[in-house]
Amino acid sequence: MTATLSEPAAVGEVPTFDVTLRIRRFTPETHGDEAYWQEFTIQAHGTDRLLDALHKAKWDVDGSLSFRRSCAHGVCGSDAMRINGRNRLACKTLLKDLDPEKPITVEPIKGLPVIKDLIVDMEPFFASYREIMPFLVSESQKPTKERLQSAEQRERFDDTTKCILCAACTSSCPVFWTDGQYFGPAAIVNAHRFIFDSRDDAGAQRLEILNDKEGVWRCRTIFNCTEACPRGIEVTKAIQEVKRAMVTRAY
Amino acid sequence: MTTIDAPRSPRMTRTTRRTTRGNVEMVGWLFMRISGVVLVVLIFGHLFVNLVAGEGITGINFGFVAGKWADLRWQIWDLLMLWLAMIHGANGVRTIINDYAEKDSTRLVLKVLLLTAFVTTVVLGTLVIFTFDPCPAGSPADLLPSFCTA
Repeated sequence: MTATLSEPAAVGEVPTFDVTLRIRRFTPETHGDEAYWQEFTIQAHGTDRLLDALHKAKWDVDGSLSFRRSCAHGVCGSDAMRINGRNRLACKTLLKDLDPEKPITVEPIKGLPVIKDLIVDMEPFFASYREIMPFLVSESQKPTKERLQSAEQRERFDDTTKCILCAACTSSCPVFWTDGQYFGPAAIVNAHRFIFDSRDDAGAQRLEILNDKEGVWRCRTIFNCTEACPRGIEVTKAIQEVKRAMVTRAY
Repeated sequence: MTTIDAPRSPRMTRTTRRTTRGNVEMVGWLFMRISGVVLVVLIFGHLFVNLVAGEGITGINFGFVAGKWADLRWQIWDLLMLWLAMIHGANGVRTIINDYAEKDSTRLVLKVLLLTAFVTTVVLGTLVIFTFDPCPAGSPADLLPSFCTA
């Protein structure tokens, strides 16, 4: 579809254009067990995000279209999807940045079982997350006030605290696509967040968990995860830091 | 449109966790980095000596190679290069097989082929380096290294 301005925009007016969404749908209750593509052409505005276009398609065209979203502002991590072949959050992707001249392909994130349309089963993802014990473990005496930490100590793991568990990184990882047993970048990032936390005492235990056959050593350092992360976390760097911690611990 | 199968769904909770400090995968990963660095030196040294130094590429003949292998230092150099390069390469292909071969049978066949190629090359190469005769009897003297007494 061509994006044509409906009428000459006045100064400061937001342009309006038609955009085509090409959505990978999976609706076993009406269309059988095969996934199929469906196109929606809707009117959108220059300030719209992909999520707004999806809403429009669902609310005005076909109510059976399903996708997840909660906060719609890039914080909850619900609406990670594969947009024009890249994993992104629909709520942080502006239509004008996607070249609305061409159809925009929207698919569910890869490597996780699709439940319906753009909704995938996140359970394998969260199972990996749970395995690395994503909580503070303290063996020392319980302090009477808060656990103090210097700015430098906090800086050490600051980057990995930004994770919102949207699974954009894990589902962009080719190793995870072929081997669902692999922990995946997100679990390693969240292990990193605790391993390098000065208040935590279970770093060694987490390193042992990740030293597994399906652990960090399956990472091939291809940077797909860093590229996919909507929070700009240097995921691959975090994984390398975990590997280094393991090597220095072992020797 | 290629689709990817759902990964083997919710993982089993592993009750017996192996508490190990190191494992084979870690040693392999470390070996790849270290051997990579060493190989850069070995290979570029090899290329320089063979192709650039002295008479350059025109100087390579039977006598040149025979002369090198009569020297213990070059024997060690070449042996190290052979072993490191072969283990490095074979381990790399092994990880690729693990990543891409989905069926157990495919993986087995590919790994057997890989191991066969690896063992053949390493054994043959090692044998050549140590049993090489720089002065085969009855050869024209102008093709042989200078230290051969006919």
